[in-house]
Amino acid sequence: MNWRVWLPLMLFALFLGVAAYQLTQPKDDVVASGMIGQELPYFELPPAHSDNPGVTTADLRDGKPRLLNIWASWCLPCIAEAPQLEALKEQGVEIVGIAIRDDPEDVAQFLARHGNPYTRIGRDDLSEVQLGIGSSGVPETFVIDGNGVITYQHIGDIRADDLPVLLEKLREAGA
Amino acid sequence: MRLLAAFLMALVAAPALAQGNAPPAPYAYRQLDDPAQEAAAQELMETLRCLKCQSQSIADSDAPMAGDMRHQVRIRIAAGEQPEEVRAWLMQRYGDYVSYAPVVSARTWPLFALPVVFLLTIAAVLWRRFGKGKA
Repeated sequence: MNWRVWLPLMLFALFLGVAAYQLTQPKDDVVASGMIGQELPYFELPPAHSDNPGVTTADLRDGKPRLLNIWASWCLPCIAEAPQLEALKEQGVEIVGIAIRDDPEDVAQFLARHGNPYTRIGRDDLSEVQLGIGSSGVPETFVIDGNGVITYQHIGDIRADDLPVLLEKLREAGA
Repeated sequence: MRLLAAFLMALVAAPALAQGNAPPAPYAYRQLDDPAQEAAAQELMETLRCLKCQSQSIADSDAPMAGDMRHQVRIRIAAGEQPEEVRAWLMQRYGDYVSYAPVVSARTWPLFALPVVFLLTIAAVLWRRFGKGKA
């Protein structure tokens, strides 16, 4: 029999194999920002509550690398990462927060309960800065070098074993 | 394992709690005054993927983040930007993921090339089988 008769079946088996393989792979629904290596968009955010000043692009361009933490008082994983942010602060890392779609009272309550590791907290009611830097959820943490350039994005809450990576990325950014 | 389960449950729970107390963005649920601009915005929103609820377009989703994205689309269209500029702005930030309108790129070209290859193969097979017989 002509071997070519089997060709369609082999093609079909190949498709089946590829599909079966893909089904066993974990779903990748993380959307990484395309803004890594790019400058922050221009923004001026008012304070999210009374104890911390707001955030402008100029504040992130003073020569000192820092973390930009996108969070919200209504966000559960943000509670989980609060102790890690506190640990980073204790290691001398400056953390600037941006509260997404939040309310000053809720922000104050969250910080009273879970600690306030931030030097500044901007209020982003329309997710404008979040969309501008390519963040697709809370919490996310960006490393900003002293020139206002985004050098690294951490997606999801920060765990204890993420600290060395973040500290290393801050060092690379010039800290 | 238990930690993983807790984490997965937290992920599922987050969108339910993601309402906050903040009101929606001004143009999340409000149409633009100019019907032509609103039509252009609507058409674009139907082809942009909601980042929080990845199986829906931002036109279909009630997630607050989708509302904020609709607000961005509408104010940018109202400011005179072309729909494709707004799409490019979002794709610069979120990649191919955010757009439902497929583009030919280094990663996606086989999707466009393969059907052509298949059609040519079928044409060649049919030609060999039936085309020659008549000659």
